Amino acid sequence: MHIHAFDRYHAHESPIHHLDPRVKVVVTVAFILSNALLPDGSWLAFLVAWLVLLLANDQSRLGLGYTFKRSFVALPFALAAVSAIFSPLGRPLAEWHFLGLSIIPTDFGLLRFFSILARSWLSVQMAILLVATTQFPDLIHAFEHLRVPRSLTTIVAFLYRYLFVLTDEVYRLLRARQARSAAAPGRRSGGSVVWRARVTGSMAGQLFLRSYERSDRIYNAMLSRGYTGHLRTLNPHVMSRRDWLALGLALSSLLLTQLVGWIR
Amino acid sequence: MVYAPAPLHIPDGFLNLVIALIFWGLAASMIAAALSKTNKSLGEKQVPLMGVMAAFIFAAQMLNFPVAGGTSGHFLGGALAAIVLGPWAGILVMTAVIAVQGLLFQDGGLLVMGANIFNMGILTAVIGFGLYRTVSGRGKATRLAVAGFAAWLSTVASALLASLQLWLSGTSRLEIVVPAMLGVHLLIGAGEAIVTVLALAFIEQTRPDLLNAEKTASSGGRGWIYTGIAVSLLAVFLSPLASASPDGLERVAGDMGFLHLGQSAPYKILPDYTIPILGGTALSTIIAGAVGALVVLGLVVLVGRSLRKTR
Repeated sequence: MHIHAFDRYHAHESPIHHLDPRVKVVVTVAFILSNALLPDGSWLAFLVAWLVLLLANDQSRLGLGYTFKRSFVALPFALAAVSAIFSPLGRPLAEWHFLGLSIIPTDFGLLRFFSILARSWLSVQMAILLVATTQFPDLIHAFEHLRVPRSLTTIVAFLYRYLFVLTDEVYRLLRARQARSAAAPGRRSGGSVVWRARVTGSMAGQLFLRSYERSDRIYNAMLSRGYTGHLRTLNPHVMSRRDWLALGLALSSLLLTQLVGWIR
Repeated sequence: MVYAPAPLHIPDGFLNLVIALIFWGLAASMIAAALSKTNKSLGEKQVPLMGVMAAFIFAAQMLNFPVAGGTSGHFLGGALAAIVLGPWAGILVMTAVIAVQGLLFQDGGLLVMGANIFNMGILTAVIGFGLYRTVSGRGKATRLAVAGFAAWLSTVASALLASLQLWLSGTSRLEIVVPAMLGVHLLIGAGEAIVTVLALAFIEQTRPDLLNAEKTASSGGRGWIYTGIAVSLLAVFLSPLASASPDGLERVAGDMGFLHLGQSAPYKILPDYTIPILGGTALSTIIAGAVGALVVLGLVVLVGRSLRKTR
């Protein structure tokens, strides 16, 4: 497996790709924060936020619909908000009877439900754009510059570095299991659920030991190469004037979104 | 790539800002404590060990086993990590896993990541390690049974806390979200328990040195036992209460001022109509209650026996 098999980065030449990763991280978090601050039902402000998002999409040269296509990852969770529709606070809109129960959607409930959906949908798209235009190692350095404790960012960097190695290990284990689970026509392969769970448990234990022992070897190899406790980078990450300008523009557009949302 | 988003990762937009920030604060302080503790015990070895173990949890979540009808059980790993590596290390490992899931795969939001870390990394470590630590010097069967139970309970408690957060944020109705989330996670937790127990059994067979009593005792003090038991009891008593009589919990939260804190739209005391979409409400309540009673009994017996021994 390739080392960057898990990266969602899309190599391109664009103003957004060339921005300092710090700017992109700050703007993404500010965008999500701004969505969380908007009051329920401020549709005009959600529209402005969406325009900001579309502009960022366009500037990234990945296509206007790029993040839209990938924006449905959080959709299954919308189920959790469905019950908000039936909030007893608002004016009842309809009343259905179903198996002896009355189901009453209210106007307040609907407003709340769609506001939650809008916030979530907008926020997840900006996060998608962030990882599509920033390489993961750069992202980690950005967090380091933003004063996230260095040992934590380095742990995440290691996770990313060894993820594909251990995924290969998982595939080897899965292949071995498959090779040993022959099935005769008309008969199910493998034993009962408990038996299958036991096989999986042993695989998890096996994977744990292989990882644990591997981390020992990695540590020794790193020590012998002069490891002192943190990773270094050759990428300087200096904020240029263009970066400051982009940061200012993005933050003021979010301020505008807030104004639109709160002034009626 | 086999990658199934777990239903416990809350995306951005579903939690109220106040709730999200409170849990970020709680998670951040625990992470800071965990960083200094593991740094003291492991030194510069901390980073490679934690990093590779985090990659292990991530990769192990791809191991799935077919259950029935196209569904498959898979593994979250919080309790296992805390039991084998110690609670502080477990917290760091799960933090890294949740951070990468949220950042790279958008499985869980950024602003609500604190809540996700607290639910799936810290709560699982407290319950998983806390309960396991009570029996660390005992026979293999007892330890594995307690580890399995701790893994199950930690999954259920995470689901409970996540539904309480959703309710306090005004996203879900309490009487719907708690039975629904608990119902699903009673099953997911069973899979988690089986895999955790069998993985531990395997590790015990090949590397017993990783699980011996001194190592467990040195990785977390007695405080973990008390916290673990307290949190477990809270979860066991709160689950049936929250699913059986949401009115009671809602009133308590209202009296204590929680509702005004968290919710932009406080729900008044519930009217009579509800929509029990899930038929499993009563069943899950009964099971949780029965298990709770058993746990209390078991803990009383264990605590009594260990007290007798030390005397």
